Amino acid sequence: MTVPPTTPPDDVPGGSIYGPAAEQATELFQVYEPSEGAELAPSRRSSVGSVGSVEVLKVENLTVGFPTEDGLVRAVRGVSYTLHEREVLGIVGESGSGKSVSSMAVMGLLPKGARITGNISFRGRNILSMSKQEQRSLRGRKIAMIFQDPMTAMNPVYTVGFQLAEAVLSHEVMPKKAAMARAEEMLGLVGIPQPKERLNSYPHEFSGGMRQRVMIAMAVINNPDVIIADEPTTALDVTVQAQILEKLIEVKDAFNAAIVLITHDLGVVAGMAHRTLVMYAGRPVELGNTEDVFYSPRMPYTAGLLGSIPSAGDTGRLRPITGAPPSLINLPDGCPFSPRCPLVTDVCRTVEPELAPTDAPDHLGACHHWDRLAAAPDPTAFFRTESEARR
Amino acid sequence: MSAPTVPSPPSYEHLLDVHDLVMEFPVKGGGIFRKVVGKVQAVSGVTMHLDAGETLGVVGESGCGKSTTGRAILQLHKPTSGSVKLRGAELTTMSNEDLRAVRRNLQIVFQDPYASLNPKMPVNDIIGEALKIHGLWEQDGLDRVAGLLKLVGLSPEHGNRYPHEFSGGQRQRIGIARALALEPEVLILDEPVSALDVSVQAGVVNLLEDLQDTLGLAYFFIAHDLSIVRHISDRIAVMYLGKIVETGSRDAVYGDPKHPYTVALLSAAPEADPHSERSRERIMLTGDVPSPLNPPSGCRFRTRCWKAQDLCAAEEPPPIDHGGGHLVACHFPVTDISAETASAAIHAAKLGSSSPESPAAAASRETAAAAARDSGGGLSGGEG
Amino acid sequence: MSTEEKAAAAGEGSGAGPVEASTAAQGLNIVARTQGQLVRRRFFRHRGAMISLTILVLVILLAYTSIGFAGIPGWWIWNYSTPGKVINRGAPTLSVWPTFLGGDGFAIGLHPFGQDDLGRDYFALTMRGAQISILIAFVVGIVGTLIGAIIGAMAGFYRGWVESVLMRFTDVMITIPILVIAAVLGQKFGGAGPLVLAIVIGLVLWTALARLIRGEFLSLREKEFVEAARALGAKPTRIIFRHILPNTVGVITVAATLLIASAILLETALSYLGFGVRAPDTSLGLLVSSYQNAFATRPWLFWWPGLFIITIALTVNFIGDGLRDAFDPRQNRVRA
Repeated sequence: MTVPPTTPPDDVPGGSIYGPAAEQATELFQVYEPSEGAELAPSRRSSVGSVGSVEVLKVENLTVGFPTEDGLVRAVRGVSYTLHEREVLGIVGESGSGKSVSSMAVMGLLPKGARITGNISFRGRNILSMSKQEQRSLRGRKIAMIFQDPMTAMNPVYTVGFQLAEAVLSHEVMPKKAAMARAEEMLGLVGIPQPKERLNSYPHEFSGGMRQRVMIAMAVINNPDVIIADEPTTALDVTVQAQILEKLIEVKDAFNAAIVLITHDLGVVAGMAHRTLVMYAGRPVELGNTEDVFYSPRMPYTAGLLGSIPSAGDTGRLRPITGAPPSLINLPDGCPFSPRCPLVTDVCRTVEPELAPTDAPDHLGACHHWDRLAAAPDPTAFFRTESEARR
Repeated sequence: MSAPTVPSPPSYEHLLDVHDLVMEFPVKGGGIFRKVVGKVQAVSGVTMHLDAGETLGVVGESGCGKSTTGRAILQLHKPTSGSVKLRGAELTTMSNEDLRAVRRNLQIVFQDPYASLNPKMPVNDIIGEALKIHGLWEQDGLDRVAGLLKLVGLSPEHGNRYPHEFSGGQRQRIGIARALALEPEVLILDEPVSALDVSVQAGVVNLLEDLQDTLGLAYFFIAHDLSIVRHISDRIAVMYLGKIVETGSRDAVYGDPKHPYTVALLSAAPEADPHSERSRERIMLTGDVPSPLNPPSGCRFRTRCWKAQDLCAAEEPPPIDHGGGHLVACHFPVTDISAETASAAIHAAKLGSSSPESPAAAASRETAAAAARDSGGGLSGGEG
Repeated sequence: MSTEEKAAAAGEGSGAGPVEASTAAQGLNIVARTQGQLVRRRFFRHRGAMISLTILVLVILLAYTSIGFAGIPGWWIWNYSTPGKVINRGAPTLSVWPTFLGGDGFAIGLHPFGQDDLGRDYFALTMRGAQISILIAFVVGIVGTLIGAIIGAMAGFYRGWVESVLMRFTDVMITIPILVIAAVLGQKFGGAGPLVLAIVIGLVLWTALARLIRGEFLSLREKEFVEAARALGAKPTRIIFRHILPNTVGVITVAATLLIASAILLETALSYLGFGVRAPDTSLGLLVSSYQNAFATRPWLFWWPGLFIITIALTVNFIGDGLRDAFDPRQNRVRA
């Protein structure tokens, strides 16, 4: 699972946000970093790092259901993926797709009434069959989580240093001073200036971006093997988001950890993830290398999603996906995307397609007609709205 | 529908004219009587205009004051000072009576589709309320509401349902229908699609564009998503910490950005394109936006700007026209983006908060941070 | 050009079309259920609340129909004020212990709750006491809720000096011990009948509600739909009554119910101390107080009214709990 080489391409599909002049500049330009020595790399962020070979996390056929007054909400229906060291898996989906719930299941954070089936293996050991004790020792230590809103994820009445130290002490026995020293080291690592003084600050004394850095510090302080980041930058400004994502990559490489990055922002996934998993109605509908998924989608939902984002070159009408996601209680037969799919046929309405290899063995899609997508030069064109077609 | 009953001077240059708008909020201390201990300026002298049928996109990050500007224009917050003119009539000094009449011409669409509709009112009432308030319900209120629902792509049969029965995109359409009930000329849209799923955003944006074509609406489009703004706007205004740093036509601002903040903003925005994402150079701004309680002297962006010099701290840069209405408030505007990206990277490396921690870098980071602390007034890269 | 013509010209504009029709086809369960129906459903599922509601209704019916009220006669043979001959020390004639377990079998007898010193039927007395206590509790609930709602709404909506004055006044009222002030007022007005007493107690018990409703108004007035109403040009009265108040109904209902529960207990305490209902009328608290000395020798004089006090207070509390759970939709929320 290696990342393809990232030499600047001759043709940048979609164009960059700068417009024509800047595109050329990007290709010609190189960074000089005095602190790193004279060697130049095309971009500091060009590679999201190479992927290790050891398998860290394996999720097989995970399903999660929530019993409610109206019936069983099947929030996750069969998610499977594997994660290797230093790999970044981006899980993309809109509301109701089940992306957050599946990761909460991995962390063991779902409420008691939730019904979970399937296998979640960490380094070969099945988490779901472990005792509560063992699960707790894994959680926070080997598998850590970064939440969307750092303000509510941290306790407002304790200092940041105390909470960081607590994270260490709940998994290792060491003198408090040592724990505090490690906390300070972590704060420095995530780029918080004057870490020694900031140990005594409270969460509300930090700005949003700084708080999220503290969250990252809390997640990595115990050398985790897997970091689950649930919409880590959604609540942040775009300039701060860039810093945080960069920091996340650095930290991942420093600790040899893998990241599961859950987000609805396709741009973030494009830049950060080695592989992308697209979820719809509780199920994965496409899984593959990020470039394959973005440039050659094999599931109409992915194509629709990509096509609905405005791009620099195209000033025509946008292409929404009409309709709404189905109810997770009363799922219709067949493919859940069929009511909204421009490629729908009868078989789609009766038989739910499996997530199966498409034209490449590591590019999986859940669609009966992926070959039509493969054959089309522009898969997003299927979603052209009527009024656009009229023009 | 007759024109609104606001007496207007014989001629005016722009449909909506905002000049030097300032919005201050008092900061109250504790104690029994909660005296005012200070002021925070959310908007510090904003000048912009909007013409009929055009869309002005207003972008900026949190704390820049774009939402407050929208509400101040609408007089939902009373501006501390400055002028807001709609069709030449000054809104800030108007009586409540006249203002109510003006509201028929100037409406707002809110960001949160879940909070902007009263959960206890059926949709017909929500949209019809506008008509009831202004005495227009009697004639054919229900028909007009049905017409509005159709206009935004919803079915009038669902008019007696409650908001919680609709999806986010549908609720936002209801909000748009409500804003259009009084047939305004100007719509202020405060992040109208930010809270919606990506695939739904496109539908609502299409709707807004169609409505603009058929009804001739002018949009004051506040957003933080740069690609949506680029798609819908004719002109752009970039705000930072209560001030406008750059204004211009859409092509000018996106194609030839001149203010360092604009350049950094455009650089930071992610694109759904793996190749371009991984090969492009990003300008990493250091630190977070300073607190509006204590903005930097001179140019407010100087604490995060890699080009900052003494002049920037001493003197606030005035907006200068670089041709064709492209106004830039910077002493050292950007001319060559690639060169800027290089200097930005060097600057960031010096401050050390975004380069990997090699031993040499660590040592230099400490000294650089100390130096930056002393010279930059303590606001570089670590404002709590 | 009317909006319909414009719609036709726009050609349905967005291309979204009749979304709702297609969603029904997808099996979406957008059932047209109002929030009121949802709340009712959740309430009826709350077992404790339903049982309590049933019991309370039975108690109220029993109290008011057995001996009649306000001139309308009841079905019970005795009334509460006629003295009579004391039979068997006034012991209760009610027996429930079945014969096969050694008791007397089920029988109601002449005086199931016994008789008091003057030979008056104690069941009738207890029922009369229950009538008065319930009446006072509900009137206090209404008066207290009204006053609390008005003060809280004005303070929460208008802010500024209005809020400061009203809230400081509320704070003062809170710091004065309820029992003391109620006792003083009860002393002056107790003789004027239970209704006046109830109103007077209501004048002291509104403070918690005022604070609660002020809090609700403070948070609701920042909501976007209120801003939207202001943007449309709505006047403050419209905003208060058509936008904010309907959204506080849940909170008010729960608080009012709990107010009623505490009113019962307050009235009991006051009458026990002698500052509440006076003879010749009676209330449950007064009954308990009159016969407190008989606790050892003739316990029925103490326990029957006590049992009814406990029952009424408990059932009202449980109903309040059930209402609170029914109005709070945050349980069983599923994250997408």
